[in-house]
Amino acid sequence: MARSLYEAIIDGVLGGGVYALMAVGLTLIFGVLDIINIAQGILVVLAAYLSYVLETHFHIDLFVGLLVTVPAMFLIGLAIQVLFMRPLRGRERVSMSLLASYAVAIILEGVLYTIFGPNTVQLNAWYITKGVKILGGAHPYYLPYIYLFGFGLAVVLVVAIYYILYRTQFGRSVRATMQDQTAARLIGIDVNRVAALTFGIGVAVTAVGGMVYGSVNAFNANSGYDLISRLLAIVILGGLGSIGGALVAAVFMITVEAVVDIWSPSWSVVVFYAALVLVLTIKPTGLFGKKEARAQ
Amino acid sequence: MTALLRVEGVCKAFGGVQALSECVMEVEQGSIAGLIGPNGSGKTTLFNVITGYERIDQGEVYLKGGKITNLPPDKVFVLGIGRTFQLTRVFSRLTVMENMIVAAHHKERSADGARIRNPFARAGGPATRRRAMELLEFTGIAGHAGALAETLSYGQRKLLELSYVLMAEPEIVLLDEPAGGVNPTLVSTITDRIRELNRQGTTFLIVEHNMDFVMGLCDRVTVLDYGNAVVTGPPEMIRSDRRVLDAYLGAAEGGDDASAA
Amino acid sequence: MSALTRWIRPGLVVALLAFGALFPLIYTSPLTTTYAIDTLIFVGGVVAWNIFSGYSGYISLGHAVFFGSGAYTVGLVALHQNLMGGVTFALLPLGGLVAAAIAVPFGLIALRVRRHTFVVITIAVFFIFQLMAFNLAFTYGNGGVSTPFATWDPATYNNPYYYAAFLIAVGAIALSWLIRGSRFGLQLLAIRDDEDRARGLGVRAMRVKLTAFVISAFVTGIVGGLWVLFIGQALPETAFNPAYDLSVALMGFLGGFGTLWGPVLGALLLEPLQQEITQRFTSGYESLIVLGGLFLLVILFLPRGLIPTGKEWADGLRAWWERRGQPRPGDGLAVPGTAVAGPADGPVATAGAAERSGAPGPGGAR
Repeated sequence: MARSLYEAIIDGVLGGGVYALMAVGLTLIFGVLDIINIAQGILVVLAAYLSYVLETHFHIDLFVGLLVTVPAMFLIGLAIQVLFMRPLRGRERVSMSLLASYAVAIILEGVLYTIFGPNTVQLNAWYITKGVKILGGAHPYYLPYIYLFGFGLAVVLVVAIYYILYRTQFGRSVRATMQDQTAARLIGIDVNRVAALTFGIGVAVTAVGGMVYGSVNAFNANSGYDLISRLLAIVILGGLGSIGGALVAAVFMITVEAVVDIWSPSWSVVVFYAALVLVLTIKPTGLFGKKEARAQ
Repeated sequence: MTALLRVEGVCKAFGGVQALSECVMEVEQGSIAGLIGPNGSGKTTLFNVITGYERIDQGEVYLKGGKITNLPPDKVFVLGIGRTFQLTRVFSRLTVMENMIVAAHHKERSADGARIRNPFARAGGPATRRRAMELLEFTGIAGHAGALAETLSYGQRKLLELSYVLMAEPEIVLLDEPAGGVNPTLVSTITDRIRELNRQGTTFLIVEHNMDFVMGLCDRVTVLDYGNAVVTGPPEMIRSDRRVLDAYLGAAEGGDDASAA
Repeated sequence: MSALTRWIRPGLVVALLAFGALFPLIYTSPLTTTYAIDTLIFVGGVVAWNIFSGYSGYISLGHAVFFGSGAYTVGLVALHQNLMGGVTFALLPLGGLVAAAIAVPFGLIALRVRRHTFVVITIAVFFIFQLMAFNLAFTYGNGGVSTPFATWDPATYNNPYYYAAFLIAVGAIALSWLIRGSRFGLQLLAIRDDEDRARGLGVRAMRVKLTAFVISAFVTGIVGGLWVLFIGQALPETAFNPAYDLSVALMGFLGGFGTLWGPVLGALLLEPLQQEITQRFTSGYESLIVLGGLFLLVILFLPRGLIPTGKEWADGLRAWWERRGQPRPGDGLAVPGTAVAGPADGPVATAGAAERSGAPGPGGAR
């Protein structure tokens, strides 16, 4: 099943774009709340299942379905933050929030298994199986439209996030809180509100990620582990809190994985993590991470 | 009269802000030196670069003539510089006695005077505990020796921090606002203790905003302004120096904004 | 502290040990002893985890790496050398050593980062190991490793495993206690409270953390090795099981994060519960919901765990008990020097105040 290098690179870049979107959500949450949302992986799966239900039971097109799933995931993210993280107090608040997200991830996994069972499913649509012809000749390669649409949508959303962050009042509040929570409070920013909304946004992006992921992969509740591992690796590699870093790391790592996959499918994932370990050995704060002055 | 601690031409910038600019300062052995200046003049930054919590951009720091520039905090500590923080740092979930023992760990000797090598040895030998209790009695918090540090009041924590810094028998102690946020009775206790320790040979460098405290206690006072040491001299001289007033209140033409003194 | 209270704690410990030692002789049913062995395995595992995570404050969600490595080591050697029965117990230290050896590079990389990132790295490394177990040739992939079964009398088949688990658990607790009172342990605890300040006081943070990490890994490896001998099989998803990490963390937190007996309590309470759930819900997914939900509840309402919270309640109760015997400020009775007394002053102050308060006032009799 030797695919050509070009195909792998194209797949990697486009796929990386979608991962980038999800990673941006994760790194945004970290930047503002100082929490690594371990539940992000299973939330992607949840979003994929939501798209699946909309598609199979209500026959709603996947992209149209996003109009439902994006707000839904936003609300779910909001709920998680407000219910399970905001009440946490004390000096260990951040570690506890992390563990809370871990617990939520486990619960969601159990819930999804219970509802949907262990069998894998995959999303269906005409643009998943049909593609545009990229390369011709003896081995024509059809790039499924979903990759293009997904990538395009991801780009649009990342741009939207940048816009929100840098051009709106709310975005200014978010950036201020990212820099210094106490100072932000002192100038009247409702940090709680910013935290909750940011978490919501960070999770909302999983709606798109989930839809694309579920289109090109057969998934079940167990897929959450794989996803979160990759997302975490991407976000750490790129530097926690750095949106640009998440983008670069995502595209880079997914592409490398796709390329390595040509020779050895089972080892491609290991290369993924090996890159993470390598970077951390040299620069513990990630490629674009800032040196943390905070003691912890 | 040798300079125990000397800072030469030290510069330190944070992004666009020049916190320390060609700063020069000396602390004589056996003296109590004061460091004052308006907010933002670089006092804590100076402490940080001396004790290794921040890297120096330019310049040198000397301890007893030897260069200690940019050494990490643990090395600086072992060489004999102790330091307290503006926001008191104690080990909250350890007892007061345990806080003391941790600070002494590298000084502990076994019965025959050799360095203790075995990390699994019991924490805090009898000699260490004795000395800890002495120090705790000296600072007046011996009654809380078995209590968790987090149960202490703010003032008591300040005393604890001072106590454990002293456990290491430092040559010079850098105190960052020892009288900050503390009631007057405690301030006079702290003043007495510092004087007593100084009589026994410890040198002090103190950053403070409380002018009475500084003027009453210190032999020499250095004034920092915008990261530069503008004036150094005995308290009486500093009190009436024009440059000090300028530093705190802004230059005469600048208007009468009431800055913090 | 009166002579009585001084002996309560050691007395309880001795009683517990005696009970533990005699357990399989009292409760001979193989089902009960199996539960007990599983529980003791977790006691060992949680205590080992706590030696590192509880004492240093660096939460590891990847200790299954050590568990699984120990399990596979022991399993593979037993398989290849065709060992069975009592002699396999001698392999346990080997499992521990392999796990410890893995902990060294693991720790050197992972312990240089902040606590958050550390948690995440432990998760990532865990997945790498699980993947390797699935894919590497010498671990036999999906089929896993099966160890030869001991040919012991079925009636008391569990007993050697029970005693091995018991000894390991007791040993782990003893080790934890030793560390706690040692110089090394104190430095570790200081790191937990304020790593920068500890460093500033000359504590060699990396060395201390790494040592704790390696010790923790060693014990966990041994526990894993015992597990594979008992179960008879190691599969990638059972030896490197994310549920292990979750359970261990949950038990550690529930009992009392960073305390000596907290992990023991947590394991003793939760493991039988977990067994019940696995029996009850055969699909296994509901257990995830229950465990995850429990974890969430613990984090939200009992973050310091049972033992510290219990101590707080006990102290509060004691203070309340003393305050009962003393007049309240509004009573108009000037009772000199009755600030809230410490435990040793309790009875005296109460008696004195009762005398002085004379006839019961409107507030009611005391």
